[in-house]
Amino acid sequence: MEIALAPETLARWQFGITTVYHFLFVPLTISLAALVAGLQAAWVRTNKEKYLRATKFWGKLFLINIAMGVVTGILQEFQFGMNWSDYSRFVGDVFGAPLAFEALIAFFFESTFIGLWIFGWDKLPQKIHLACIWMVAIGTVLSAYFILAANSWMQHPVGYRINEEAGRAELTDFWQVLTQNTAVAQFFHTITAAFLTGAAFMVGIAAYHLLRRKHIPVMRTSLRLGLVTMVVSGLLVVVSGDRLAKIMYDQQPMKMAAAEALWDTEGPAPFSLFAIGDVDRGHNRVAIEVPGVLSFLAHDNFSDPVPGINDTNEAMQEKYGPGDYRPNIPVAYWSFRWMIGFGMVSFGLGVIGLWLTRKRRWLSERLRTGEDEVPRLALTKDGELGPKLTTWYWRAAVLTLGFPLIASSWGWIFTEMGRQPWVVYGVLPTSSAVSPSVSQGEVITSMTVYTLLYAALAVIEVKLLVKYVKAGPPELTEADLNPPTRIGGDDTDPDRPMAFSY
Amino acid sequence: MELHNIWFVLIAVLWTGYFFLEGFDFGVGVLTKVLARDRSERRVLINTIGPVWDGNEVWLLTAGGATFAAFPDWYATLFSGFYLPLLIILVCLIVRGVAFEYRAKRPEEHWQRNWEHAIFWTSLLPAFLWGVIFANIVYGVRIGPDKEYAGSFFDLLNTHAILGGLVTLTLFTFHGAVFTALKTVGDIRIRARRLATTLGLVTAALTLVFLSWTQSHSGDAKSFAAMTVAVLALVAALGANMAGREGWSFAFSGVTIAATVAMLFLALFPDVMPSSLDPEWSLTVTNTSSSPYTLKIMTWLAAIATPVVLLYQGWTYWVFRKRIGTQHIAEPVHH
Repeated sequence: MEIALAPETLARWQFGITTVYHFLFVPLTISLAALVAGLQAAWVRTNKEKYLRATKFWGKLFLINIAMGVVTGILQEFQFGMNWSDYSRFVGDVFGAPLAFEALIAFFFESTFIGLWIFGWDKLPQKIHLACIWMVAIGTVLSAYFILAANSWMQHPVGYRINEEAGRAELTDFWQVLTQNTAVAQFFHTITAAFLTGAAFMVGIAAYHLLRRKHIPVMRTSLRLGLVTMVVSGLLVVVSGDRLAKIMYDQQPMKMAAAEALWDTEGPAPFSLFAIGDVDRGHNRVAIEVPGVLSFLAHDNFSDPVPGINDTNEAMQEKYGPGDYRPNIPVAYWSFRWMIGFGMVSFGLGVIGLWLTRKRRWLSERLRTGEDEVPRLALTKDGELGPKLTTWYWRAAVLTLGFPLIASSWGWIFTEMGRQPWVVYGVLPTSSAVSPSVSQGEVITSMTVYTLLYAALAVIEVKLLVKYVKAGPPELTEADLNPPTRIGGDDTDPDRPMAFSY
Repeated sequence: MELHNIWFVLIAVLWTGYFFLEGFDFGVGVLTKVLARDRSERRVLINTIGPVWDGNEVWLLTAGGATFAAFPDWYATLFSGFYLPLLIILVCLIVRGVAFEYRAKRPEEHWQRNWEHAIFWTSLLPAFLWGVIFANIVYGVRIGPDKEYAGSFFDLLNTHAILGGLVTLTLFTFHGAVFTALKTVGDIRIRARRLATTLGLVTAALTLVFLSWTQSHSGDAKSFAAMTVAVLALVAALGANMAGREGWSFAFSGVTIAATVAMLFLALFPDVMPSSLDPEWSLTVTNTSSSPYTLKIMTWLAAIATPVVLLYQGWTYWVFRKRIGTQHIAEPVHH
């Protein structure tokens, strides 16, 4: 019980809870910002009402979501100082800089232009208003870049030296911190996963309305946009994930050995499909494996040896002194699999959906549908899925709309827990990072407060999302289609109500 | 000037930006209960800050991030030492952000009422607690030889600190009332101006006592000059407000905030957190700062990014420069 409530354990739980919760909103924010910006651009170019309605519909869901992303992000920045003050002292010289860059370059961008976008519908010329949402989208991506560069430094520290006298790490090459291969690979993997997340969300909600045969023109458009995004980003998730895994084999062999429950160095190494391990004795009791595949994942050939957990642990003991350098192996093993599994189901569903709704010239005459009809899912050149199967596809899309979110959460749990017992890999153990002056009671208090607050906000947020999803795209008013800034005339009526007000 | 001194000034500038900007939106948040008489007046107040509060809040994130990067030990001691007040502030900022965004998402009156209560309390508490925190920073707290805070939560609630909290609370509310008078039309504008006069007098009295106390404890000639500017600007803000010159009044209440922050930072320098146990253990600009290389990169960042940020944030205020009144608030849409 005492160990379970040690400030380090509590601080780790708090970091885990608040970060995973924060990251439920981040990927949706990043992708929906860009998707909404794309829809609004389509409206500005074509003047088709369905694009404006889609912009307003997805824009509303985006705003409900970004509000939570922003507020839960504030906590993240201050948590380092509150719960991990020795970490902050040791790495602030290196780690603080990307955070300051994020605030000054990305946060200001995002938060200023989001205000302009929300309140600027009838205050700004159409194209400048459109530029505002693009600025928000760019801001979110920049923000992700800086934070991932900071995280990558914890995974693979570069561009620094240890100043023994000051007892801390000091930056020697900031450019290297920003551009090292871990940062670039993590960025592409995280961003593409974010787009997969937003796309699955869009496809799921579009499917919900199509299932009920409502708001068809808007939802058809959203469905196709979502499916294309899903397939493109899904492919890139796989490619970038493979690249990141290869880097990890090189930089954090222990994490990848744990992800595979590969106890002893083997060459060719098999890929594990299912394993039940005995952590104390260091071997698997049950293992179902595909020979050679792990070697391929690590080295691009089917024979090279891959280091195992036991050998890596010995090597690390030699390098860093006695100790147990193994992360929690069942967590690493299963989180890695759940990340891939949930992500792949979503990607697969996207591929099927895109194939089934492919260009109409592939369809027989009788399957061609007008703009306002529910798209019928076609399987072959002259056949179609029966209505029942079509319905099942829509249902599956609704049910799996959160799968990439689950995948991301497991991905982060894997990345962060797989690095243990290090907070900065090979440099600073997690046990030397906590705040010595913060009491157990204080951490328990804050953890209770955050958990209760986050739970309450989750209920409110989900209820609001459901309400707005069910309501569907708004009907357009005369003012939406012809705001004063569009017909050129200056605001002639000083008492006209604001287009948007809180 | 050495880089760590430049960064001490820049951190002061970031806090000034934060208190100037979020100061008035905290103030408006408090006024939703004090000044507004009915639902549509509350909506007018909230809409005066609607497009800008989020951008204002980023000044805090930047101040935090910059302190982390430029003075890691200051950041570490401050945030771990002042754990509970910061916890309350963070919870308030979380609820407050959600409150602004979610309040209008449902038309029911009780839903909106609840978020309005939330906006009031989550504006009031941080406005008070920031004063408590800064009063403690300047006055000195129990810092040990290991740079760690050695006091308790209740050590932070001393008379000087509570007075400091009341100063920021009243000053921000005054600043918010002046802003409201500047941004609204009709009856609410007149009442905001009247309330600003009363608030301004209370603020002036509290500020004078608090700043004199701080000055006598740790001030020098420069901080005395800043204190004088703060008090004179506050008097000028009051005068301009009574004369109906709302723009001038807001400018002067802004100067009051800037000069107050300047006074506190001047009283602090070259310490960043003096130790009340032993001056030897005080955190200073030299013993907490980052390496020259990091500070150099940060200086480049600040030199390039800050003017751009000021430019587009300034533009936001220009876009939404129009005064608003109850007639600009549409009836809530029923879904």
